[in-house]
Amino acid sequence: METTVTKTGTEDKTWGGGNQPLKVSYGKMMMWFFILSDALTFSGFLAAYGFSRFKFIDSWPIADEVFNHFPFLHGVDAPMYYVALMTFILIFSSVTMVLAVDAGHHMKQKKVIIYMFWTIIGGAIFVGSQAWEWKNFIKGEYGAVETRGGQILQFVDTEGHRVALNEIAIVDTHGDRTQHEEKNGIWYEKEATLPSYTMDEIKAGFTKRNDLLIRTQTLTEEGEKTILSRAESLKRLNADAIGVVEGANLVHNEYGTPLFANFFFFITGFHGFHVFSGVIINIIIFINVILGTYERRKNYEMVEKVGLYWHFVDLVWVFVFTFFYLV
Amino acid sequence: MAHDTAHHESNIGRIWKVFFILSVITIVEVILGIIKPAFLVETTLISMKLLNWIFIILTIWKAYYITWAFMHMEGETKGLRRSVVWTAIFLISYLIFILLTEGDYIYEVFKGGYKAWDF
Repeated sequence: METTVTKTGTEDKTWGGGNQPLKVSYGKMMMWFFILSDALTFSGFLAAYGFSRFKFIDSWPIADEVFNHFPFLHGVDAPMYYVALMTFILIFSSVTMVLAVDAGHHMKQKKVIIYMFWTIIGGAIFVGSQAWEWKNFIKGEYGAVETRGGQILQFVDTEGHRVALNEIAIVDTHGDRTQHEEKNGIWYEKEATLPSYTMDEIKAGFTKRNDLLIRTQTLTEEGEKTILSRAESLKRLNADAIGVVEGANLVHNEYGTPLFANFFFFITGFHGFHVFSGVIINIIIFINVILGTYERRKNYEMVEKVGLYWHFVDLVWVFVFTFFYLV
Repeated sequence: MAHDTAHHESNIGRIWKVFFILSVITIVEVILGIIKPAFLVETTLISMKLLNWIFIILTIWKAYYITWAFMHMEGETKGLRRSVVWTAIFLISYLIFILLTEGDYIYEVFKGGYKAWDF
């Protein structure tokens, strides 16, 4: 703000102060440099994702198989559609934001209120959608088994369609494996949540059904997962498999390497946190607009600054979308 | 605020135009991602599928429109524009180059059988 600059009487001289070589206010310039540094942070994460992916280039999970849910369409294979919708919602909220900035330039308070309202709604829908994506990813779909070396083995039928654990397992009703809890222990220890089926139940079921095969993490030349022959499948399952995996967390991931889950949680989580804080900041500015703070100040530059941040969040999503879902 | 009143004419027409361009690019990306045309997947350019190159170029194109039109970088002075954009492009390119090279090297080490991983 000009009022904060002490007048020295030498304003017309080059070094007299009050110069704005970049022709923007302090606040806006600092918002740009904050965005630059935040962009470098995100680039660090995405480049690290690229590093891990290049490291496991022939065994990385296929995104289309991981994110293929759409609300109210249960069991329908719909890769990409939902995330495309989310992208549209975010781009559209960027459009309403820039419309709010434009209305602010013309001092149209009512229009700024309306456009900022829709921006906030769009952001909230986006965060909700991301939470839903997380839920699906954490819950998992078919389940898999993990080998001693941390490799994931998934089950398919002879046509290559995925088969869920509950279709395979022959439940042993005599076995009674209860979860060890802290209160029963000599030491204050508890074990991880027990999966729905034990390894023996899966092995028994797999051996009985001749149409079942195992799919490994390794990608073929065509970019599909390798399917083992029946003999190899049996050998692999009996020799190497040690545990049942359902869904994904930071340690185990039924879709493939746990690194994929780690990066997914971390990068989309960090982006989601940006969207969330963007919504909060938008709400604060929105309230200020309603109260007429910027009418009295005779400029809507705050809307412009929060707009810059909001567009940046959209900008990051464009890259996250490409590297997690497309490439 | 010492505001540059020069670029205060309404930009609504341009905003909708940019929205249209961004939407079309996204739709093209999604369609390519779903059908995955065989010749784009099979052709490799500088150790990456042609399809992936197309995705990355389209993404950078979208990023350009968001930064230039929505964030109004086109209206800022040359000094601000370059100090933000050039810094980002230089550092990010460098980071990507070193990390992907290293990742590829580690892949070769794993593949060479020096380390057992598939058990």
